[in-house]
Amino acid sequence: MLRSKAFSLLKPIPLMFGQSNLASKCIHPAIASHGHRCHRRSPVDYRQKYKTYSCSVGGGTISASHMKVMAEDLPGVLILDIGGTHGVLENLAALLKKHFHLITMKEFLENKKEMSKKIQSVFVFECRPTIDQELLESLPNLKVIGNSGVGVDHLDLKMISNFGVKVTNTPHAVADPTADMAMTLMLASARRLVEGCQIAVSPDTKCFAVDWLGVEVTRATLGIIGMGSIGYKVAQRARAFNMKILYHNRNQRRKEEEEAVGAHYCEKMEDLLQQSDFVMLVVNLTPETHKLIGKKELGLMKPTATLINISRGAVIDQDALVEALQKKIIRAAALDVTHPEPLPRDHPLLKLNNIIITPHIGTATVQAIRMMAEEAIANILAVLNGQPIPSEVFPK
Amino acid sequence: MEGQELPYVLIDCIGGKHGVYEDHVEFLEKHFHLISMKEYLENKKPLSEKIRAIYMWYHKPVVNEELLQSLPNLKIVASSGVGIDHLDLHLLSSYGVKVANTPFAVSTDTADFGMALMLASSRRLVEGYQMAVSPDTDYFPADWLGAEVSGATLGIVGMGTIGYKVAQRAKAFEMKILYHNRNQRNKEEESAVGAVYCKKIDDLLQQSDFVLLSVTLTPQTHKLIGKRELELMKPTATLINISRGLVVDQDALVEALQKKVIKAAALDVTYPEPLPR
Repeated sequence: MLRSKAFSLLKPIPLMFGQSNLASKCIHPAIASHGHRCHRRSPVDYRQKYKTYSCSVGGGTISASHMKVMAEDLPGVLILDIGGTHGVLENLAALLKKHFHLITMKEFLENKKEMSKKIQSVFVFECRPTIDQELLESLPNLKVIGNSGVGVDHLDLKMISNFGVKVTNTPHAVADPTADMAMTLMLASARRLVEGCQIAVSPDTKCFAVDWLGVEVTRATLGIIGMGSIGYKVAQRARAFNMKILYHNRNQRRKEEEEAVGAHYCEKMEDLLQQSDFVMLVVNLTPETHKLIGKKELGLMKPTATLINISRGAVIDQDALVEALQKKIIRAAALDVTHPEPLPRDHPLLKLNNIIITPHIGTATVQAIRMMAEEAIANILAVLNGQPIPSEVFPK
Repeated sequence: MEGQELPYVLIDCIGGKHGVYEDHVEFLEKHFHLISMKEYLENKKPLSEKIRAIYMWYHKPVVNEELLQSLPNLKIVASSGVGIDHLDLHLLSSYGVKVANTPFAVSTDTADFGMALMLASSRRLVEGYQMAVSPDTDYFPADWLGAEVSGATLGIVGMGTIGYKVAQRAKAFEMKILYHNRNQRNKEEESAVGAVYCKKIDDLLQQSDFVLLSVTLTPQTHKLIGKRELELMKPTATLINISRGLVVDQDALVEALQKKVIKAAALDVTYPEPLPR
């Protein structure tokens, strides 16, 4: 499928001056682990791979000044910051530094003249730094925006393309953890896990009532809207729960793919909405999917159904959702994403008791964050080295 | 059949916090003449000889020697759920009374809940929810991370019907599955879920990222997981219990969690239930 195609396109990266052969070492594990994974690598594996920066200069030990010179010969990559509330995590920065000369926004703004020419790429982490016209105009040698994560709705693809800059994302690294999160939300909502935890620990609890019930996941009907990589992985997991799986997608998947997960195509989204016990949104955010689920769609769902969103907040008409939940038009919702994030503290969604909201943690695992950085690094290096790019994103 | 009296079955009560569900009464009454404990106690003489079965719903009514002595024609105690650790099997047997449980009805939902606890714990769902809705939240920090389930190692202690269904579900998450059981399952069953047998529980404990307990409570499994077992677990591991509270030495668990001997626990069962506040 997609993953193995990407893997076969890659060729070893030729050595650039000052750059170790680590580049070729790091691309293959990143892609290979996604394509041929039986067991996901533990972070320890990656640390061992990246431990030695093998640059021998005349066979002797490397002095600090040599290291400094070599670091600055590496391609310049702009990031928002290291650490702090929104910066790149420290261990990811260390990964990036093996291949790039990292320049923070602060360093860039303090020294625009010198830094602007050095920057060949921007590493966008959790949607930061913001890529606007002003920034693009000030980076004459910018070749690629390497996004960490698969969603690119925060990037103006057309504008970036007009500057001749490529955009890459990380579809492989995000798929498993996001599919896991989708299953977590569905199970937690169906079985009222958050409420149950609150009852179990509440100082007011004297006994556990026997008529306190959730709804069943096994054998229920799951309707997946958006059957891309993530949606398909959700289907694979749901199948193990004996769920009946319906899906709606721009295109129907091949028969073998459908049969492998027992999924039935619904050309009309309405059919899926009317039959599903759980409706799961796994689409990317585009003008076509903006407010895909509104009052009409919520009205078509069963009153016993649960809506789960792991896409982007703007795929749902949030006002319509508030009303639907208040009036019990649907049973419940479970959202990893809202618009904005976080919601304003007085937002009506926060006051409902038939909703679970999580703080956009679909890829918030130690393993995923690292794999996303590795995938982004591989993409950036591919662009800078003129190699086939594993995950380029094009404007419509 | 017309004119033939339905068998008399004793229940605790209908409705309320502990009683038989009101919407179940209709189908129960198709087969049985239900007698509540209250009715029975008010009218012991005529009713005691007629009662042939007890329908035990969430462990009520409590069946003790006094009750057994007063029901000469009692044939069977049917307990809802699969656990029977609340019943004195020897006592019932000595009165010639059969015991039945409901292993088929509980298996998939219990397995689902085991998965729910494992996923919720590893992804920090409850904490995440609290952050998302807290009045003090300004932003979501980038360094707030959980651990991955996909590709991790799950050790199932007790691979009966429920444990096996957990394995079936976990396989879809590409988890590596180890299991410890009184008996090894046959090769086809193992291959179907990719499960590797650990004859010694220690091996399972040392290798697992998630340890899930799905055993029945018996004298052999009482405090199966104590200080020693918790210390054998990885410091990054999570303990999940969907069996009975008494399978875990709770004091040892408290200490292990306080000292971060293990990373976390997720319990659907405790002893007692609820725990003292």
